[in-house]
Amino acid sequence: MSSFTAPVLIYSLLAPILIVLGGAVIGVMIEAFASRKIRPVLQLSVTIGTLVLAFAQVWHIRHQETASAAMGSAVVDGAGVLMQGAILFIAILGVFLIADQENFTVIAAAVPGSEEETQSIQSGEQLTEVYPLTLFAVAGMMLFPVSTDLITLFVALEMLSLPLYLMAGLSRRRRLMSQEAALKYFLLGAFSSAFFLFGAAYLYGYAGTVSLSGIGAAITAANGNTVFLLIGIAFLSVGLLFKIGAVPFHAWTPDVYQGAPTPITAFMAAATKIAAFGALLRIFYVGFENAYWDWRPLITVIAIITMLFGSVVAIAQRDIKRMLAYSSIAHAGFLLAGVLALSKAGLDASIFYLIAYGVATLGAFGVVTLVRDSSGEITDLNRWAGLGKRSPFVATLFATFLLAFAGIPLTSGFIGKFSIFSAAYENGNKSVVIVGVLSSAIAAYFYIRVIVLMFFSDPVEDGTSVIIPSFLTRLSIVTAFAITIFLGLFPAPLLNFISSTAIFIR
Amino acid sequence: MSNVNWLTTLGILPLLGAVFVAFLPKTNALAAKRAALATTVFVAIAGIAMATQFQRDNVDLQFVESHSWIPTFGINYAVGVDGIALVLILLSVLLAPIVVLAGWNEASGGRWSAKTFYILILILETMMIGVFAATDVFLFYVFFEAMLVPVYFLIGGFGTGKRSAAAVKFLLYSLFGGLLMLASIIALYVISGEQGGHTFDTVTLSHLQISSTTQNFLFLGFFIAFAIKAPLWPFHTWLPDAADAATPGTSVLLLGVLDKVGTFGMIRYCLTLFPDATKTFTPVILVLAVISIIYGAFLAIGQTDFKRLIAFTSISHFGFITMGIFAMTTQGHSGATLYMFNHGFSTAALFLVAGWMASRRGSSKISDFGGLQRVTPVMAWVFFFAGMSSLALPGLSSFVSEFLVLVGTYTRYPVAAIVGTFGIVLAALYILIPIQRSLHGPIMPGNEGLTDLNLREKIAIAPVIAIILVLGFYPSPLLNVINPTVTHNLSVTGHTDPAPSIEKAGK
Repeated sequence: MSSFTAPVLIYSLLAPILIVLGGAVIGVMIEAFASRKIRPVLQLSVTIGTLVLAFAQVWHIRHQETASAAMGSAVVDGAGVLMQGAILFIAILGVFLIADQENFTVIAAAVPGSEEETQSIQSGEQLTEVYPLTLFAVAGMMLFPVSTDLITLFVALEMLSLPLYLMAGLSRRRRLMSQEAALKYFLLGAFSSAFFLFGAAYLYGYAGTVSLSGIGAAITAANGNTVFLLIGIAFLSVGLLFKIGAVPFHAWTPDVYQGAPTPITAFMAAATKIAAFGALLRIFYVGFENAYWDWRPLITVIAIITMLFGSVVAIAQRDIKRMLAYSSIAHAGFLLAGVLALSKAGLDASIFYLIAYGVATLGAFGVVTLVRDSSGEITDLNRWAGLGKRSPFVATLFATFLLAFAGIPLTSGFIGKFSIFSAAYENGNKSVVIVGVLSSAIAAYFYIRVIVLMFFSDPVEDGTSVIIPSFLTRLSIVTAFAITIFLGLFPAPLLNFISSTAIFIR
Repeated sequence: MSNVNWLTTLGILPLLGAVFVAFLPKTNALAAKRAALATTVFVAIAGIAMATQFQRDNVDLQFVESHSWIPTFGINYAVGVDGIALVLILLSVLLAPIVVLAGWNEASGGRWSAKTFYILILILETMMIGVFAATDVFLFYVFFEAMLVPVYFLIGGFGTGKRSAAAVKFLLYSLFGGLLMLASIIALYVISGEQGGHTFDTVTLSHLQISSTTQNFLFLGFFIAFAIKAPLWPFHTWLPDAADAATPGTSVLLLGVLDKVGTFGMIRYCLTLFPDATKTFTPVILVLAVISIIYGAFLAIGQTDFKRLIAFTSISHFGFITMGIFAMTTQGHSGATLYMFNHGFSTAALFLVAGWMASRRGSSKISDFGGLQRVTPVMAWVFFFAGMSSLALPGLSSFVSEFLVLVGTYTRYPVAAIVGTFGIVLAALYILIPIQRSLHGPIMPGNEGLTDLNLREKIAIAPVIAIILVLGFYPSPLLNVINPTVTHNLSVTGHTDPAPSIEKAGK
């Protein structure tokens, strides 16, 4: 007669995630019980408070490494703590942008163009559901990179994805496009989840366990059916590569980036990438480390085509959000070089790159929210002509973010690019480095084209203007700018912190 | 005096000037100009003061400073100069005030205020000093790439004609070369890590054991970047467009200083880091250099526009410099280094006068000028003088350097030297024909009302003329600084001058 043993959970170590989930539940309560008038302020303060509190708790537990925080399903280690911290920081900046409710519809369920929608917008009310949704997504993102078994990974994946599907459809303007984006994201996301589960099932069949370290041990012992392992790795990779937007699983990226409300795009582009790469790094570094020679060719090819495809197709884009979407695809390729490095240097470089890229992305999309005319945001590149003349400050900020994406020295992007390519080169991935450098040259072209358009073209008279941003939006963009420059000039503190902290425990 | 951080001080002064200018009111262009002029003059004086502290016979790097910058990757903020770098820093700090003074009204045709123009110029000066002073390859790369940004905005924002297209072309060419160099730098970093610890220190890197295949690839990464910068045929096509579109002052800095980073880099990095690969590629590069000399000269003859003409003469001159470097003789190297300095000043003279002529006439087409000698005698004489300096008339500084380069090349590669000598003949054509057309003959309609140089312009051009004359007769102050470094460089990389041979009489 075996007795039931209660699972041991170390709550203090799980607290960052629990705090965020708690905040989300409080948010739902507020939606239910608080009056419409006070909801916006209340929701915003609860959300920010939750995120800050969680951040503090992450900082508090940063040295308490253990593999058994939740019965071996989630881990607390340096790399996980860094990624959770980065996600929370990005989320705080993202919520500042979300707080500008001008971008969101009021009743998401209203039929586009209907009387109901018009009335709801005229009423001046605000859509506050977005805050708890954000918190749920953040909780999923925080769980994703610290999960150490495939089941928890899947739960985290769904937890971060489902709110994002909804949030993508909340745009106030161009409702149909926004809803289409949401549906597309949902359908393709569901597909990729299926792939992920399929792969997980095969890996279980191979190793007899779902834990990453168990799979790693089974690969070392090499007494399972290799076909199961390869199919498992391949399908699991498809699910993850979809989330990071690697070619050929990238098709959703431009549509969703364009259709979603821009603050959501900013948050999603920056934070999802950190979470997904965090999980990807852990799975490949911890679980599949000893199958390196099996997955290396696959990931090498995907990295190369992702870098090239993203850079080349971005050139043809006429819409700023689509251009940034393709640029994010190219960056996913660069980041895969860090996965290929499979070394401590590769891990450090990837984390630095994720932080640098996430912050710059948030800033860039933040600027996009500011350029408007009477009918809303302007994302048509041609109408950005002469922005440098009308609002030199905003144009300079945007140019800085673009230069960081292009990897020009004295910006964070350069240090990130150098560190990730050197780590990849060190482990013999010369082809990836060379293609990476060449596609950086291609990518430089379309970043510079936007700078030319902003600074060297004459303004067109079509009512485009830069709105005076709210304090929170301003704070978010300026912080992103300051970090981008600071990490370009003095990357040493962060690099040292990462290299002394970032490890995966098994 | 050893406790003065000369190089850092020198580098940071223009930056402080830029910050100061940034706080001036936008409408007060005059204040911005004065502040920029004061800063650059002060930097020039400080630069000369630094040069007097330089120990000529000491072949080690001097004014050395090193602080840890990014310890994770072994990157240091490390600066120091040898004779060659010192000469090029002097060139930069001397040209900057001349450019500011000569182009007093240059910023007026720009998209943005004069204030922005001078901020960009001052930031550029900081980076020019930094790029020559850096002794850490990573730091060098940072300056090498970052200096593109101010130049890009100077061309695109304040130039004339197809300025944005020219600026983009310039930036993309340079970025492409820079990224190839980045790949090589990453490889060097990895190799240094395998051989005793990650570092970017130039001296340590030069002791690495690199297999010859790898060396060849890494050499090419660096060399193509420098050949684009210098610019060497066939990587030159961005230069005429950029020089045509940029303001004269920007062109002076672009051709006079920035392009020297290419030839400087060939000596400092290609030669010392990859001595074996240098030997492998020398024949190819000499051929490219000779082609540049002849091709640049021929195209210069065919130009109808002063600015493009000067750009093509520079391509020819950069051919000479590259030839001198890859001849691997002491005369060749001394001549090439001196050439870099002299070319800076003779190009400055040409560009500034051409700029003044163009701004007065409203056109830089050669055919729009005629009989200037009678209308504006001083300007005509200055142009004549600048032209003579460009064709290396004996008695002017460029003669000394061109002669040294040819002698140095002849002792090892006589064919290259002989073919290169034709460049001098062609130089006479590309300089004398436009001089004849624009200065002499009847006064062209539209030229009657042109005014002669004013006091400010005379003051700006006077030091240029003085330097060209003085160094033409007495080049030893510079050569004494350059020669020890050159001898040291060549001996370290295993090159010796060919022994002089005398034909025995009566055979």
